[in-house]
Amino acid sequence: MDLTAVDSLRIARTPGDLVLAPGEAWLAGGSWLFSEPQPETTGLVDLMGLGWTPVEELPGGGLRVAATCTIAELSAAAPSLARAAAPLLEACCRALLGSFKVWNVATVGGNLANSLPAGPMISLGVALDGELDVWGPDDAERRIPVADFVTGVNANVLAPGEVIRALDIPAHALDARPAMRKTSLLAIGRSSALVTGRLDADGATTIGVTAATSRPEVLRFAALPDADVLEAALDGIGTWFDDPHGTADWREGITRVLAREVVAELGDPDAAFVDGTAVRP
Amino acid sequence: MRADVDGSPLEADAAPGQVLRTWLREAGVHSVKKGCDAGDCGACSVLVDGEAVHSCILPAHRADGRTVTTAAGLGDPDDLSDVQRCFTDAAGFQCGFCTAGFVVTASSDTVRGAAPEDLPRLLKGNLCRCTGYRAIGDALAGVVNVERPQGGEASFGRSLPAPAAERIVSGREPYTFDLTTRGLAHLVVVRSTEPHARILGIDTAAAEAVPGVLAVLTHRDSPATPFSTARHEHREDDPDDSLVLDPVVRFVGQRVAAVVAETAAAADRAARLVRVTYEPLPAVFDPEDARRPGTPLLHGEKPADSRIADPARNVVAEVHGEVGDVEAGFADAVAGGGAVVEGEWRTQRVNHVHLETKGARGWLDDAGRLVIRTSSQVPYLVRDELAHVFGLDRDAVRVFTARVGGGFGGKQELLTEDLVALAVLRTGRPVQYEVSRQEEFAAMPTRHPFRVRVRAGAGPDGALTALAVDVLSDAGAYGNHSVGVMFHGCSESMEVYRVPNKRVDAAAVYTNHVPSGAFRGYGLGQLIFAIESALDELARKVGVDPVEFRRRNVVVPGDALVSWAVHDDDLGLDFGGPRAYGLDQCLDLVEDALDTLPDAPAPGTPVPAVDDPTWRRGRGMAVAMIATMPPRGHLADVSITLDASGACTLDVGTAEFGNGTTTVHRQVASSVLGLAPDQIRIRQSDTDVVGYDTGAFGSAGSVVAGKAVELAALRLRERVLALAADELGEDASALTLSPGGVVRPDGDVIPFGLLLAGAGVERLSADADHRGTPRSLAFNVHGFRVAVSTETGEVRVLASVQAADAGTVINPEQLRGQIEGGVAQALGTALSEEIAISPENGAPTTTTLRTYRVPQFADVPPTAVRFADTYDELGVRGAKSMSEAPYNPVAPALANAVRDAIGVRPHELPMSRDRIWRLLRTPPPGPPVE
Repeated sequence: MDLTAVDSLRIARTPGDLVLAPGEAWLAGGSWLFSEPQPETTGLVDLMGLGWTPVEELPGGGLRVAATCTIAELSAAAPSLARAAAPLLEACCRALLGSFKVWNVATVGGNLANSLPAGPMISLGVALDGELDVWGPDDAERRIPVADFVTGVNANVLAPGEVIRALDIPAHALDARPAMRKTSLLAIGRSSALVTGRLDADGATTIGVTAATSRPEVLRFAALPDADVLEAALDGIGTWFDDPHGTADWREGITRVLAREVVAELGDPDAAFVDGTAVRP
Repeated sequence: MRADVDGSPLEADAAPGQVLRTWLREAGVHSVKKGCDAGDCGACSVLVDGEAVHSCILPAHRADGRTVTTAAGLGDPDDLSDVQRCFTDAAGFQCGFCTAGFVVTASSDTVRGAAPEDLPRLLKGNLCRCTGYRAIGDALAGVVNVERPQGGEASFGRSLPAPAAERIVSGREPYTFDLTTRGLAHLVVVRSTEPHARILGIDTAAAEAVPGVLAVLTHRDSPATPFSTARHEHREDDPDDSLVLDPVVRFVGQRVAAVVAETAAAADRAARLVRVTYEPLPAVFDPEDARRPGTPLLHGEKPADSRIADPARNVVAEVHGEVGDVEAGFADAVAGGGAVVEGEWRTQRVNHVHLETKGARGWLDDAGRLVIRTSSQVPYLVRDELAHVFGLDRDAVRVFTARVGGGFGGKQELLTEDLVALAVLRTGRPVQYEVSRQEEFAAMPTRHPFRVRVRAGAGPDGALTALAVDVLSDAGAYGNHSVGVMFHGCSESMEVYRVPNKRVDAAAVYTNHVPSGAFRGYGLGQLIFAIESALDELARKVGVDPVEFRRRNVVVPGDALVSWAVHDDDLGLDFGGPRAYGLDQCLDLVEDALDTLPDAPAPGTPVPAVDDPTWRRGRGMAVAMIATMPPRGHLADVSITLDASGACTLDVGTAEFGNGTTTVHRQVASSVLGLAPDQIRIRQSDTDVVGYDTGAFGSAGSVVAGKAVELAALRLRERVLALAADELGEDASALTLSPGGVVRPDGDVIPFGLLLAGAGVERLSADADHRGTPRSLAFNVHGFRVAVSTETGEVRVLASVQAADAGTVINPEQLRGQIEGGVAQALGTALSEEIAISPENGAPTTTTLRTYRVPQFADVPPTAVRFADTYDELGVRGAKSMSEAPYNPVAPALANAVRDAIGVRPHELPMSRDRIWRLLRTPPPGPPVE
């Protein structure tokens, strides 16, 4: 929709342009920004002019996904990565509520910065120990683990004027075995619960819970957890929440089901990666 | 900025916060539709350098220097693209408002190259509210569903495509806002933030100072004449409790002021600067509380002639009536070894989600007449009420519609035209008010939430002994359609059962909620959900199969219609003649289909393994009856004219909003006249076209207007033949009509032009009308087989069948589409859709499509459609209405299937996964608790 309070538009070309004047907001893909009235926003600074490379392989085997990388670009890059975790990238793209037409504009950074519980790039970052490279005013730069980035519904640790430069995924996570399940109130709807799993080479297991909780929850195990250990860890989660996408008790209940399935898949060396966004069998 | 749009360069300024959709539409590129304005529905889809995007969320500047392709750039009506041709051949649309976006999306490389199993995922960004998606899936698969009879071959009974098909698929069909008006001003509404308050002051100074603002209208500018937003044949049917702008607000979201400005953006900015001071008044949100003594009154000051049943108790309407003695009937059931069941059911607020939002554009014509182009199902009723409210002669007002982008009852109201009229009369300027999708959720009427208590008793043989309902509906802050919805809701739902003892206690009450209004089914769906659920439980208790239980208890020809009283008006089971009754056939058809249909869930959804203990299986069914026409008269004037070229102009008053009446009218007229369908040109839904038409509601388009079309065509045929007989010296009975002219017994065809010239006339005309009485009854029976997940609460439809008693089937593909669409809309109501309400101030908190959950392509299972073989002598050539009816039996049939599967009965809608999951945990999961 038209943002009728907006009077100005600047297209950022260099890092020096990344200073917000009062009333200005960052514009990346715009798929969320233009989907709701923004009466407080009087100016836009378009990040897409910075020309950041969408996906770069880092020295040491990590991966840098630019904040301005679109979901479509991430999805297109995943198959050619030839890394164990690559299927999770595509699955998290598919977990986006928006259609493939939204993929063509929505960005990884925008999804993170929006910090909705169902934001699938948050799920991805949490699953793969992702870190955010955040740029602040006056050339300040800091790194924030995705697991610590989102603090609540539509809330995160970004300070005014800060902008996400990239999501960095470390090599060890890319080489680990992933699994993922999600459930929604429709067959292919907004995630009500999304559980990711990662089995590292040394057996360490990371379970990420997003969408069902008001902020990401990360459960870490030295080895693949058995049922009791998993349930006990899930018992420790206190951020189940109610919203139009489901009640808290239901979300907790289905998260437990999904988490068991994720662990079972990781524990079966012969199991293929299941697209957890597909309708459950 | 500059872009290549559909092959032509387009250069125009783009405002900094403007999206591509607005930039295109402001330049007259109307093939891009505005559906949700938020990237959810896909009606605005375009290709930018070949990539599909939602143009409503793409900042306009992103398309600078690029190539933009809309549906109009993919092909034109005379030269359709292959995808566009597939949509016409499959009949892959109804109202067609979503179609341009579907066609663009389907034309993208992503979808063209996709495997069929990827379609559910790829189409999640395209919503269709009319079809239920089956026909769209057919279009994508290249299935041909329409027939194109050649020459004078009768098209009646054949699957003729919609006359507008080629224009719709190529983005050329103009909807309400798809025209360019010079000097158009825009109206934006300031809405109440209080649930109940007296307006103390409205400071408009800052708003008026915004450049481009023409007027800020408040209650000080409002006509004093009260009216009802509900529109009916008789304006006295609805309470006069509303004003164009009211000094008292009674719900959050009510109109407080209207800003008129040169641009929509300026009006929007100015609207945010209007300062309103309120004196808050106590509010009531619980309908149960609303009638209690001491509760705040919403319309306590209204006079008796406002036709509110009891303003001193917040009661808009009520009825109490008993036939026989229900208490004796319940006692008989128990004493005889039968059973009595009792329960309470609740339905939620549902939004129509017609893809075209409401809205109107008005101006003064050269003669100074007020002209309103509006997205309405009832242009004549809108004209009459505007004349009443503004003190104008009817002749001083013209109201018309273009093709309307869906309605479902939501546009049987006066919700935008009054403000536009006020703004036009005040400013002298052409003014448009286009309702936003957020306003549709936050401020426009919804389906009535109902609380229905049912008691039902039957003997051990399953014969009903008594049936009683206690009904409470939440009217919201204004009476609107609440009277009619309450009475209609308690009518056919009760009348379909032959029970010696019946009782109805019903009321509709005011609360400080957004008003409830007309919605497909008009109250019947809510009652049928409760009654069919209760009777299913009763059948279980007495151990009779649910289909057999219906056979024993439903009305049959010869029976009277009884609800709170014995109804012996113009509606009856026998009025349609000896072949009009089809409920028995519908029951047989559904019973057979439930036994024989293979499992067929929604596209992309697997069938759970039969031995999977986490899925419970069940089946259920429900019946629905509905009158074939609205009560108390429904009028349609029709005129038809044959000219020398052999073309016929058919003038009808009723509106086309995806109901398919235009196709039906063309089929009826061409078949009566022996002409080819495309010789019939239809002008419609314009108060200048014919004398009068009550409108497109109560499924009247085919049976009322269609019957008038048949009468007019028969009269015209008679005139043409008489004229030809006279000129040719033949007996009229020896002559027939053909597309080329009158056919003599020897086979010679005399062109119409020659005949007319010979008689010295340029054309021949005939008029007819229909008054919508007497009336007959139509039936729908739905059946489901389901699997329910004990882990997630998901209700998965494995088989779905609806049997319809539609009389003669005029257009099989179109009727099938109507039924499938009604089923899909009902599945949304049954499973996922819900407008949540803030407990603090009663305001809807569901204000976007993405939180409302309209069924997507992936959510709708195929429904097998079966037709009863019946003939209604009151309908057009034996046909009955079948537009809103298919919606009604779906939710209870599904609830009954869920009950069968999990042993626990759902009592409220929607049966969302979280609710079913909770039901499964109320008693611990285990075998059915019989």
